[in-house]
Amino acid sequence: MKKFIIYSISFFFSAFIYAQEKEATIEKDTTQLQEVILIGQRKLSKYRQEKTLSSIDDYLEKSNKITMIKRGNYAWEPTMNNMSSERLNVTIDGMQIFGACTDKMDPITSYVDVSNLEKVTVGSGQEGTEHGHAIGGGIDLKLPQSKYYGNGFKSSVDLGYETNGNYRTAGLDVAYSGNKVYINVDGIYRKSDNYDAGNSKEVLYSQFEKYNVSLQGGYKISNNHSLDANLIYDKASDVGYPALPMDVSLAEALISSVTHIYKNDSTFVKSWESKVYFNTITHIMDDSKRPNVPIRMDMPGWSDTYGFYSKVNLQENKHNLSFNLNGFYNRSLAEMTMYPNDPNQLAMFMYTWPDIRTLYSGIYAKDALSISANETITISTRLGFHNNTIGDQVGLESLQIFYPELTDSKDRFLKSFAADYQLKTKKYDASFGVGYGERAPSVSEGYGFFLFNSFDNYDYIGNPTMNNEKALEANAKANYYINRFKIGVEASYFYIMDYIIGEIDPTLSAMTIGANGVRVYSALDNATIFDVFVNSSYEITETLSVNGTVGYNYGSGSNGENLPLIKPFSYVAEMAYYTAAFNASIQLEGNGNQSRYSSYYGEDNTAAYAILNLNLGNIIYLKNNKMILKYGVENILDANYSTYADWNNIPRQGRNFYANVSYVF
Amino acid sequence: MKLKYILPILLISIFTTACSEDDINDIVPIVSEIEGLTKVQELSNATHTIELFNDSGRFYTGYNTISIRIKDNATNSFVENATINWMPVMQMPTMAHSCPKTNPTKASGKDTVYTGNIIYQMAMEDGSGWSLTVNYTIDEVEYSVTNDITVMQNDDQNVASFMGSDDKRYIVAMVKPLKPIIGNNELVVGVYQMETMMSFPVVENFSLKLDPRMPGMGNHSSPNNTDLTYNSSDKLYHANLSLTMTGYWVLNLQLLNGEGTVLKGESVTTDNVQSSLYLELEF
Repeated sequence: MKKFIIYSISFFFSAFIYAQEKEATIEKDTTQLQEVILIGQRKLSKYRQEKTLSSIDDYLEKSNKITMIKRGNYAWEPTMNNMSSERLNVTIDGMQIFGACTDKMDPITSYVDVSNLEKVTVGSGQEGTEHGHAIGGGIDLKLPQSKYYGNGFKSSVDLGYETNGNYRTAGLDVAYSGNKVYINVDGIYRKSDNYDAGNSKEVLYSQFEKYNVSLQGGYKISNNHSLDANLIYDKASDVGYPALPMDVSLAEALISSVTHIYKNDSTFVKSWESKVYFNTITHIMDDSKRPNVPIRMDMPGWSDTYGFYSKVNLQENKHNLSFNLNGFYNRSLAEMTMYPNDPNQLAMFMYTWPDIRTLYSGIYAKDALSISANETITISTRLGFHNNTIGDQVGLESLQIFYPELTDSKDRFLKSFAADYQLKTKKYDASFGVGYGERAPSVSEGYGFFLFNSFDNYDYIGNPTMNNEKALEANAKANYYINRFKIGVEASYFYIMDYIIGEIDPTLSAMTIGANGVRVYSALDNATIFDVFVNSSYEITETLSVNGTVGYNYGSGSNGENLPLIKPFSYVAEMAYYTAAFNASIQLEGNGNQSRYSSYYGEDNTAAYAILNLNLGNIIYLKNNKMILKYGVENILDANYSTYADWNNIPRQGRNFYANVSYVF
Repeated sequence: MKLKYILPILLISIFTTACSEDDINDIVPIVSEIEGLTKVQELSNATHTIELFNDSGRFYTGYNTISIRIKDNATNSFVENATINWMPVMQMPTMAHSCPKTNPTKASGKDTVYTGNIIYQMAMEDGSGWSLTVNYTIDEVEYSVTNDITVMQNDDQNVASFMGSDDKRYIVAMVKPLKPIIGNNELVVGVYQMETMMSFPVVENFSLKLDPRMPGMGNHSSPNNTDLTYNSSDKLYHANLSLTMTGYWVLNLQLLNGEGTVLKGESVTTDNVQSSLYLELEF
């Protein structure tokens, strides 16, 4: 065991040093995405995607359950089952990581790139609680594991260009796979100018530039034991947010981990994986590029997380058991300094996240029991202890303005249970599940201090006295197959108690110039969210297929108001032609009119839209190497539109021609 | 394994030394009675030298807490049994006036230091014009000393002098907070009536409405402030002042008499961004 520790430490540091060198050199080079991406449990070769170089955001958006909230052309925020960050548990390979921006400008999906990942696991509702508590579900961005194939070096280069926004992408990936040693280095660089909405209307402040480098090293200690070290450095600069009053001059993350993996097919313990990790994020908002602001301000934020998990998988007879013991410690600090227009006045300073420390430790257990050849029952639970501490005296005193009795520490005990029945036959499959889950308020919901939300134009105050949010959930899924025709339906229902949302306090005076007022986070007695999707596909011939999906979502609070950010009626229809060397698809995608919008929570009616996309791809084999070419047109008709998930109705991209080329050697 | 035994021994030894150090400290309590204070000025006559101290070493307009010490010039020792009163006077071109004050009394826990306060409601640009007369009695013998003092204008308005709607002149001065924090602050204000040029008695049982604002940030207010009410034990007005951030704050006030009639000041509205009665605070 001592050896493992020594190995892991030395690996960790060697990885660290290596990366430092790389940052300087790789920036302008290219990388490649060798990995296979999974959404839900669907396996999607990245070479089958429309764009080999599309971002994680683009990938996630392909899932029925997930919609991305857009504040600009970068760093989209994932929502699942119509619930956003604070109701989801988003992890990177089981690692907890928290954005450092009080205005949700840096969802953690923005700190990794597709080149870092092997697959994305999406668990809806309480199925997504393996790594932490959630109401809406969990998204785990899986890093690749080391591969000891002994086949030496393998590299690939990717280049991409898109006409809209003059968007350039370049990536390089080099991997060495030995019998005992595995090393992978990849880097990706992305830069875009302002994009144009339909009818060539330039969207100001929608530019971005970022690069991401990652280094992975693996060492196989014995047949059953191996060690992995992984380091990701991600840096975005000059990111515009057209929907917000401020941009970002720096969003920087360092994500590191060391993992010990035990695998054995012949024993009761099939696998045992233990990881220690650390990540640190710096996020600096910037308004220096905006010509007219009521007041200049700096808003930096920091988030550091230390954690571990140890998960074990056991199999015996009909049982497939897994346990995950995990814990983390997070420190979130954000501040705001405003510079008065009168230079004689002193700068105004406040903590917007007053150094909140979150300590969590919990255990997850799951058993998948095969009760017959076709039927499986799965039960799972997660129990955890959650503590928030206000680390800064000034922060505590600030919040005592609103909560005079507030102490610096708050403990919570969180529970989650889920049960699921699955039936699978050749003709059809079906599943039915129920669950109960709880979550603690997020740092902003619990401790935020005058956080301006440009969506409803209110300042928000956290409320540390709130109860845990609790949800009862039921979900059902069924698929039916007749020859080449398939039809499926999937539905989830959430009854959420103590639903956390900001309520207007008319006695409070807004801090932000021009804001409508102040909302204090409080709990609605209950809220209901329902979503249903119907999808069908038909294979006309071996190579030609059509498929379509329609979705309907509903959300309402006990106060009789619609919930905000509930997706209206949506549809996707696609016709695809696919052979080994060539593929083409044409896609129609749209939303109905958002009739059930929530004016109470600052929404307006978003009109219906539909767009048409064309995607083409070729694979060309050159001796031992291959070249993958992807090209197409998005929004062919150059529609000027925005969706319900576009912050402040910023319009989306107009017509866009794109081409990606990947060369594997 | 060995650590298990070493650790308690180590802890015990640390603990023991700490105790003995405490004992030593107790034996040598030579702490100067003016520690932490800065000398402002000395006033002297033939028999005594009066030393004036405060935190900054200078007098500014507004509420000044002043410590005073009387040195016997003959023995070079400090007097411990004096009765003191003082009279600050501002000499204007056509007239002279005084200001609100509290005569010095023996500071608690001290032998030679007396504390009182003076609220200078105005100052000349060069700090001139004010003089201070200190009258003191030692062993039933009366002494007096008068000297010019320098009073500088404070950057922020921490005292306001005005005519009320009842045709009486009032002075409102901020006493606390001395060091404002982001959070809840105890606001303490003194209210005095200018009865004559030389008499400024405390005004009792009035009240003041409080509305703090930040003009540099859309003139927003802060929550959970309370109005100032009179406390008969210290003869000052107290309220909770919440400051949500550092910077420049204007504390808009309205002075109400015992019947609730507004004597000075107006509510802040979108058209009237500031009350005519206000104090300023910056941190």
